[in-house]
Amino acid sequence: MAREPHASYQGRWPYVGRLTAIPLAGPELQEERHVTIDSVRGAPTGAGQDVSPELVQLLTPEGERVEHPDYPLDLGDQEIRDLYRDLVIVRRIDLEAVALTRQGELGIWASLLGQEAAQIGSGRALSDNDMVFPTYREHGVAWCRQVEAVRLLGLFRGVNHAGWDPAEHNFHLYTIVIGSQTLHATGYAMGIQRDGVLGTPNAAATIAYFGDGATSQGDVNEAFVFASVFNAPIVFFCQNNQWAISEPLERQSRVPLYQRANGFGFPGVRVDGNDVFACMAVTRKALEAARSGQGPTLIEAYTYRMGAHTTTDDPTRYRLAAELESWKLKDPIERVKSYLVKNQLATADYFEEIEAEAKQIGKDLRKACLELPDPQPLAMFENVYAESHELITEEQQQFAAYLESFEEASS
Amino acid sequence: MTETAGGQGTATTTFSLARALGEGMRKAMENDPKVLIMGEDVGKLGGVFRVTDGLQKDFGEERVIDTPLAESGIIGTAIGLALRGYRPVCEIQFDGFVFPAADQIITQLAKMRMRSLGTVSLPVVIRIPTGGGIGAVEHHSESPEAYFTHTAGLRVVTCSNPADAYTMIQQAISSPDPVIFLEPKRRYWDKAPVDVDGTDWTPLHQARVARPGTDVTVLAYGPMVKTCMEAATAAEEEGRSLEVIDLRSLNPLDVGTVVESVRKTGRCMVVHEAPVFSGYGAELAARITEKCFYHLEAPVLRVGGPSTPYPPSRLEDHYLPDLDRVLDAVDRSLEW
Repeated sequence: MAREPHASYQGRWPYVGRLTAIPLAGPELQEERHVTIDSVRGAPTGAGQDVSPELVQLLTPEGERVEHPDYPLDLGDQEIRDLYRDLVIVRRIDLEAVALTRQGELGIWASLLGQEAAQIGSGRALSDNDMVFPTYREHGVAWCRQVEAVRLLGLFRGVNHAGWDPAEHNFHLYTIVIGSQTLHATGYAMGIQRDGVLGTPNAAATIAYFGDGATSQGDVNEAFVFASVFNAPIVFFCQNNQWAISEPLERQSRVPLYQRANGFGFPGVRVDGNDVFACMAVTRKALEAARSGQGPTLIEAYTYRMGAHTTTDDPTRYRLAAELESWKLKDPIERVKSYLVKNQLATADYFEEIEAEAKQIGKDLRKACLELPDPQPLAMFENVYAESHELITEEQQQFAAYLESFEEASS
Repeated sequence: MTETAGGQGTATTTFSLARALGEGMRKAMENDPKVLIMGEDVGKLGGVFRVTDGLQKDFGEERVIDTPLAESGIIGTAIGLALRGYRPVCEIQFDGFVFPAADQIITQLAKMRMRSLGTVSLPVVIRIPTGGGIGAVEHHSESPEAYFTHTAGLRVVTCSNPADAYTMIQQAISSPDPVIFLEPKRRYWDKAPVDVDGTDWTPLHQARVARPGTDVTVLAYGPMVKTCMEAATAAEEEGRSLEVIDLRSLNPLDVGTVVESVRKTGRCMVVHEAPVFSGYGAELAARITEKCFYHLEAPVLRVGGPSTPYPPSRLEDHYLPDLDRVLDAVDRSLEW
């Protein structure tokens, strides 16, 4: 990975920008930070490492297409328009879900705002055979896997814990405990190995999504170890959105996250997470490597959580508006729109059409959400075990009788 | 180590409990190519208790996997393998080492079926050598069963003898639900005849009356079954008839067998190594009280470890229920 950063983004990326934007201590201490690791504040960004890490970018925030020698990408005009459509629609789905939460129809929602390119780029790089292990924020990837948007809402509305068949979509259940799914993805990849399909037309890989905060979890590090020593066909896709609820990246790591892979013995790459082209190209290459038996890759998609962690969070308590403003200039959708306009690949009519379609999808989602039926009380006894279980059966019968006693009393 | 003897038309072989488990796993692996063994040192070494001895040699490294030394990783990857259609049998090296895997077991493994509305099955077996009595250092002698019986979605079973070990491990492996399989480590070396060709197996979740009796019902499982059988022999000399029940399955519990016995004897005691407070015996006592209230001549007594951490091994003989503590409880029950 010994390459120079591409000229198009040199100096543009605000990797070291935040510590200066948010003073964590007085001037004297800030000066000392360059030589001292403070036990409370931790290591300063850039301590003991190259402060300008590489970043793969194929589409600048201004919508200029740039080339990268390791990640050639040849997309047809329609493919690019389709990516734009994906981005707009998943943003709209997300917005609708946020609104539904504000109106009390969902209990909570984890917004993907700002992370659309990371999710659509990686999601559209997948083959049908590949298996996805998401967190609870991968609504864009779910869209790519054709999981109906309303099915994502069940968990957040409280009508179920997850409402789809993972095998039907090759898209596993949302996982809420941070990082647990990376081990499931690794195990699944070990299963693919044992099926003997790597390098054949039936080859598959897994992709595990997680965030910057998750990289501190033991499970994620154990997943890296298992994937590494067994050379499992897996892509670890870390969306570094800079914030783990209120904790900045500096509280998770003193090295750029993609460099963690070095210590585990597999390649790591940082990609502009707001660049859908780059995310697609980098993920595609990593998946192909996995499917052909070359083992795991860690992708760090460098992005930004434009919204709150969830709808119950209040980011104004811990981050500055200026930071948000600076990231708005790197919006993942605007740059594709600019590209389409500059290259005369789409007209105003097209954009309006997509906008209208997205709006309709949002409207349909709202309707479907409100129509989600509450489960029946006895449903809580279902699917606890595959085979009958004496205690569950007994309790279910007792509870049914208890419920019936009210009906008898009122009749 | 084995000798074959004829018996009721089928081949009976004498196995240690550890060997019986290994032979049971071997049979399961022969019957189903999706069965995998995974854990620390389970390959060339055959596990620290040699339970998986010879399996890697015969089935290869793809099916008998020496894993990195990370318990959460073992269970987490086993879940993934199960999602891909495999049936992993995980060995946790010692009871005290299962806790790093607690999240994967409790939060992920146990709940996945319900979370997926029944679309996902996770046929994962977690074998855990359990209990004390072998003079081990700390964290090697614990009885964590109540943590798992308290977790909906898991089945929890434990064997007490080689014959059950041989059949129960195979039944656990073929279960579509996750099974916690507790192995009484101090009984690993006990030998007994095993009917390796038998097909008339007791269902996995059925208790067994290990010794019929009339005066007091003694409920035990795992390592305590042998202790209670010895206590029953000693009690007989004093003219007292104990009915010893080997529960075998802790979740689900075979309530019927227990209730039938207690309604007959009118007295009941529970014996386990784990601390009594909030232990599995508390559940048994409560359930028996509910179902046998008018039959009870005495409260259900519990014999188990004190509410302390497991002591240094020089003290474990005092911590663990033994023949005298069982008989002491028999006295108390009968004198009530």
